[in-house]
Amino acid sequence: MRRRSIASGDELGTSRFRISDVARVGVGSLGDRKIRTALSAIGITIGIAAMVAVLGLSESSRADLDAEIEALGTNLLTIQAGSGFGAGDATLPEESVSMVSRIGPVQSASGIVTLDEAVLVNDLVNPLETQGIQAAAVTLDLLDTLNSEVVRGSWLTDATAAWPNVVLGSVAAQRLGIANVDNGQRVLIGDEWFTVIGILDTFPLAADLDRSALIGYEAAATFLDVDLNPSTIQVLSDPARVEAVRPILGATADPESPEEVEVSRPSDALEARAAADSAFTSLFLGLGAVALLVGGIGIANVMVIAVMERRNEIGLRRALGATRAHIRRQFLSEALMLSFLGGAAGVGLGSLVTVVYARTQDWKVVLPPEALFGGFAAAVLIGAVAGLYPAMRAAKMAPTEALRS
Amino acid sequence: MTGLAQAPALELDEIVKEYPGHPPVRALGGVSMVVEKGELVGIVGPSGSGKSTLLHMMGTLDRPTSGAVSIAGHEVSSLSDRRLSGVRSHLIGFVFQDFFLLDGMSTIDNVATGLLYTGLPRAERRRRAASSLIRVGLGHRLLHEPNQLSGGERQRVAVARAVVHQPAIVLADEPTGNLDSRTSETIMDLLRELNNDGSTILVITHDRELAASLPRRVHIRDGLIQGDEHHTVAVEI
Repeated sequence: MRRRSIASGDELGTSRFRISDVARVGVGSLGDRKIRTALSAIGITIGIAAMVAVLGLSESSRADLDAEIEALGTNLLTIQAGSGFGAGDATLPEESVSMVSRIGPVQSASGIVTLDEAVLVNDLVNPLETQGIQAAAVTLDLLDTLNSEVVRGSWLTDATAAWPNVVLGSVAAQRLGIANVDNGQRVLIGDEWFTVIGILDTFPLAADLDRSALIGYEAAATFLDVDLNPSTIQVLSDPARVEAVRPILGATADPESPEEVEVSRPSDALEARAAADSAFTSLFLGLGAVALLVGGIGIANVMVIAVMERRNEIGLRRALGATRAHIRRQFLSEALMLSFLGGAAGVGLGSLVTVVYARTQDWKVVLPPEALFGGFAAAVLIGAVAGLYPAMRAAKMAPTEALRS
Repeated sequence: MTGLAQAPALELDEIVKEYPGHPPVRALGGVSMVVEKGELVGIVGPSGSGKSTLLHMMGTLDRPTSGAVSIAGHEVSSLSDRRLSGVRSHLIGFVFQDFFLLDGMSTIDNVATGLLYTGLPRAERRRRAASSLIRVGLGHRLLHEPNQLSGGERQRVAVARAVVHQPAIVLADEPTGNLDSRTSETIMDLLRELNNDGSTILVITHDRELAASLPRRVHIRDGLIQGDEHHTVAVEI
């Protein structure tokens, strides 16, 4: 017998499986099973879409909120009197507004004197039914400090502030049923009639003023005979020095009992809202991750079934010269393609949801690239992990076993 | 027979195959045979005789417990799984009873799959597949899918796939087992034709009548060769 033992495989020829062929075989296999391919990719699609949409929407709404905060300014500070125990309806000293105005970085300071008098639409209604509308005497620069404006009529001027004229906050006007200011409509504040000369836009950073009827200091003193000790001072600071101004406001406004003065920054509430939104974002992201996990298990499941169903194909390919690695590569590439498809569809769907929803909310559309790429990468990674076990199983199958019919 | 200078297409030396168990099952009890280039051999035996196991050994789909297998002069029984795959992709062609064509793939692509693992570029694989299909008389069915073909045509496609890479040896496992007698005859004619053109072909079958038409028959029973008959048949070259 003649026999040559061989040291190298070159003479015999080696098996090769080109990358382009791996891709083509994978596409072919998935293409033959379109419905199943679609169904098994759907889990990944939903998971990725959820994550992309959640991230996109939270970014978009955040961008919107940030824009709102930006527009309102973070340099408005509010000084409020009497939060201490037993302080009652405490007020700040009369000169506190001018004291605060003298702090260097303070651009403007406006005092608000809360009045006890009820605001009524006429003298026939029950004086106890105030509808939550409060009268307040304010300085004329309040509108500038709060960066607001009137939507009807006009704001108080030096002349009108001295007489029984009133400007209504938006909510107060609505509750009193007053929509325009041309017909000399009057309201009753305490025992005095005041003419409505203006209606204000809403104050996003000082919502209590929306429910107020605002009159001038002079009118308050003249017609209602009240002390002009402000209960609140709105302070507009140099934006760069807000943090420096904030700690000294209390002592400046009320040197006798600075500890009873409360200084707050209204825009902080919006910031807190943004933070709360991101807490929800984490929750939804978690849900998206669960969907993704389920999607991954779905792919693993489908691939395990495919390996069992395609036993003969595996046997045939081994007989035609595929190595174990080639078989593994083939099934792994199919799992990757499935998750690739699912991921791409998910990123598309998630982006679409973000764009459509953000548009309906009039938000600026923000699609964070890290969400798009991250979502896509997560999908592919899940495909790789999900495909690993079925691919190993396929590769381990003995050719003789796989060829059994 | 072929010249002495050339190595035989296939050489089995004392092949023993045992499957583990209590007691171990001895499927092949020491089989030796030589198939020269250009032979057409029938391996005949009833089911359970060990002929499928023998086919697996010859096709390097499984390893013998002991003994040596040489294909075209290369001893292969000690090669790694990866190297054996290389041997199969270049030196061996298979025809199966169940055809094992891939659905959803055209005839030409099915045949080209026979070259998929050889590293040839796709265009070349398809070119060779087309000429192989023409050779088996299916030049008019290149773009059909397997489910559009008759059983006989499917087996022709499988034969075309088995010879597309011009292997040293073609192993046909019950190639007519799923075909009616007329179609079987045409497939056997095709194998004879390929053999006349120089292909070395082994046909594994339990069908004695079919085997009787082959120039050499190796009878196998209980894992041992019972007889090796040669007949001279008129071969026109």
